[in-house]
Amino acid sequence: MMILFYIAGTVAVVSTVGVIVQSNIVHALIYLILSLLAVAVVFFSLGAPFVAVLEAIIYAGAIMVLFLFVIMMLNMGQHTIDQEKTWMAAKDWALPAGLAAILLAQLLYVLRDFQVDIVPNEVGVLEVSALLFGPYVLAVELASILLLAGLVSAYHLAKK
Amino acid sequence: MQDLIWLLPTFPLLGFLCLVLTGGSLPRKIVAVIGAGSVGLSFLSAVLIAAQFLASGEDYFVKEVWVWMAVGEFTPGFNFYLDGLSLVMMLIITGVGFLIHLYSTGFMADDPAYSRFFAYMNLFVAAMLMLVLGDNLLLLYLGWEGVGLCSYLLIGFWYENPDNGYAARKAFVVTRVGDTAMAIGLFLLFTQLGTLNIQDMLGAAQQQWAIGSPLAIAAALLLLGGAVGKSAQLPLQTWLPDAMAGPTPISALIHAATMVTAGVYLVARTHVLFELAPTVQMLVAFVGLATLLMAGFTAMTQRDIKRILAYSTISQIGYMFLALGAGAWSAAVFHLMTHAFFKALLFLAAGTVILSLHHEHDIFKMGGIRKQLPIAFWSFIIGSAALAALPFTSGFYSKDEILLAALAVEGPGLLLWIGGVIGAFFTGIYSFRLVFVVFFGDSQGHQEVKEEAGWTMAAPLMLLMVLALLGGWIQVPLDAVFSSGAGHEEAPVSLLVHAVMIAAPFLGIGVSYLFFMSKVFDVDKLMANPLASSLHRFWFSGWGMDALYQRIFVNPFLYLARINRNDLIDSFYALLVSITRTAHLMLARTQTGYLGWYALSMAAGLVLIISLGVML
Amino acid sequence: MQSIPIEHGLILAGVLFALGLVGVLTRRNIVFVLMSLEVMLNASGLAFVVASARWGHADGQVMFLMILTLAAAEVAVGLGLIIQMYRKFKTVDIDVLSEMKG
Repeated sequence: MMILFYIAGTVAVVSTVGVIVQSNIVHALIYLILSLLAVAVVFFSLGAPFVAVLEAIIYAGAIMVLFLFVIMMLNMGQHTIDQEKTWMAAKDWALPAGLAAILLAQLLYVLRDFQVDIVPNEVGVLEVSALLFGPYVLAVELASILLLAGLVSAYHLAKK
Repeated sequence: MQDLIWLLPTFPLLGFLCLVLTGGSLPRKIVAVIGAGSVGLSFLSAVLIAAQFLASGEDYFVKEVWVWMAVGEFTPGFNFYLDGLSLVMMLIITGVGFLIHLYSTGFMADDPAYSRFFAYMNLFVAAMLMLVLGDNLLLLYLGWEGVGLCSYLLIGFWYENPDNGYAARKAFVVTRVGDTAMAIGLFLLFTQLGTLNIQDMLGAAQQQWAIGSPLAIAAALLLLGGAVGKSAQLPLQTWLPDAMAGPTPISALIHAATMVTAGVYLVARTHVLFELAPTVQMLVAFVGLATLLMAGFTAMTQRDIKRILAYSTISQIGYMFLALGAGAWSAAVFHLMTHAFFKALLFLAAGTVILSLHHEHDIFKMGGIRKQLPIAFWSFIIGSAALAALPFTSGFYSKDEILLAALAVEGPGLLLWIGGVIGAFFTGIYSFRLVFVVFFGDSQGHQEVKEEAGWTMAAPLMLLMVLALLGGWIQVPLDAVFSSGAGHEEAPVSLLVHAVMIAAPFLGIGVSYLFFMSKVFDVDKLMANPLASSLHRFWFSGWGMDALYQRIFVNPFLYLARINRNDLIDSFYALLVSITRTAHLMLARTQTGYLGWYALSMAAGLVLIISLGVML
Repeated sequence: MQSIPIEHGLILAGVLFALGLVGVLTRRNIVFVLMSLEVMLNASGLAFVVASARWGHADGQVMFLMILTLAAAEVAVGLGLIIQMYRKFKTVDIDVLSEMKG
């Protein structure tokens, strides 16, 4: 399990780097799917199989397909790849990368004396469902309303 | 009926409200009925109330209507106080006021703002009634300021002409000087005597203050300031001649029934205070004397028919102040009444002349119109006779009383008397100069003129003619009011004094005749004399008072305003504004509109906040 | 079964978050920006799940489900907006949309 965690974590980091540096949008999307799947494996290795499955189905499956459709609708050809390359000059990277590095350094600094080991006991569907339809039932209802709102507004926005 | 005294100001006030709230949408006939009718009803009730009051034999009568406001001990009420003085005043205001309203229905017939005119006039009458009938100083002050407001509105009635607006503002600002003094006087009286009720206040003053005490002098001086402003006496008389900018009936109303008489009323009402301050009372006499002489000189040189009458008003009010100063309170009120009759008559007749001659104001362009305008002519003859105090006219009796009272004053009595007689002499000159130049003399091409006077204009003139002639026989019931001021018993005066007083106006008329009728003396030749012509210019400009005030007050003020254009205090706020604006411009620059920039700023802020959290 | 130090899971979440942030800040193509945003959301979800595993409770997983819902709705609306933007401006460059300049 531990090995799985580190391998999947490495894959996730590498493929995410691929997402942000790729100039071909379809390649970037595939890197993103890879990253999401790797995170799903991380979830599994942490003993959360239910969210791992949901990550794979909804994130890597449904949402990414949505992206794919949009990219197809926008019909980005070779010229957009060239354009992406011209947009990714080194000076555009410096400041954001620096900021993100500082942020990461701060996180690491905060985590420096966090020395708790996780024993990945499996927390399965049963427990999650008991919580979802127990104390969190109101949040579930709210989430459904959010989804409904997203549905309506997406329909409205995408209309001609 | 006495209990209904509150109806007096209510009728005109209702009329005002009706006319204002309908905003000129009523037909003219109805406007005339409301405008004149409300004052007429007011007069009718005044007569009934007066009859009952006189029959009852009471000295005074108080009607408490409601408490205006109650703040601890301070509870000024909406109470009406009726005694001889307010009785006379209310009859003058409603009676003469009604005649003027009636006249106005004809005079203003062609004016587009017919409704607005009557609305203001009604409010004017209501405010003046409030002033004379109020039983406390606060109510008096309410009416006082209401009168000031209405005079402003009416003088600037034809506001399309900026000059009229200027005249209105001038009247408002100049009287405001006096009003401020009066307000301070009211504060002083209230803090010292603890009441605003006039009768209580006067009683308390008599008990608490010795004669000549500084507080009494201060209070009397401040009240005098208010009276001087409203009644256009020296040194605040400059607004009245310019107030001629309004329509002529307004001039009649201001001069005869309301406004300028308010000052006389105030002094008469608070005469106890003036008796406690003999020096101020003497000052009143000298203010009156100086004013009547100055205005007399000025009136002789004016060319505008209304300005001549305006200066004659100032002069006659001067006589009233002379009487007040001499302690002849009832003589002052008596003269106020007779003056109301003949001055209303003169102004309304002048209005007829002006209207008939298509708004001609210059008397030297009128000339020889006595045949064409018989009613105006006879009005002027009678009015001028009363103004000049020819024997057996109303003005004669009142002026006679005043001069005798002035003579009886201890100390400078003779001086006051001589001044008054000289004033009477000038009155004779200027009043009949007007008559001779306008109605006799060479015709100035007005042969075809027709007198524009329907019955609404003729009837008030007729009635006022009768009053101006016979008004002197009216007995004013003032003995009860001024019982305390009965200090001047009838001293036996020699026949010579009477002869001089009777002769003075005739002398004036004679001089006027020699100059303007028989042309024995030539005005032009007199004007050729440099001294005479410069005197003429000086007098014509009203003794240069306007120029003087321009130089003393207006110019320094304008200078201050100019050098302080970038106001010192404003600069502080301007600084705030500029700081805000600079900060805004700097911050606005961060609003680049680029999404990446916003995200970057947010991330930077996040980093900053977390570093703060980590470090601390 | 070996245990995983919790800080490693959190570090992984932090790294993914920082990478997503870099993507959001640098890319000018709005589709890339949206994708990087997904990475960031996913990273925060990962942190919840790590915490959930640390305590052996399911609450963190419930929270991840909420984030998942949010991400789905956000993507749906965001992609709708992108389509509108492309229709109006014929571009996916976010720097073109700078009309809100102060």
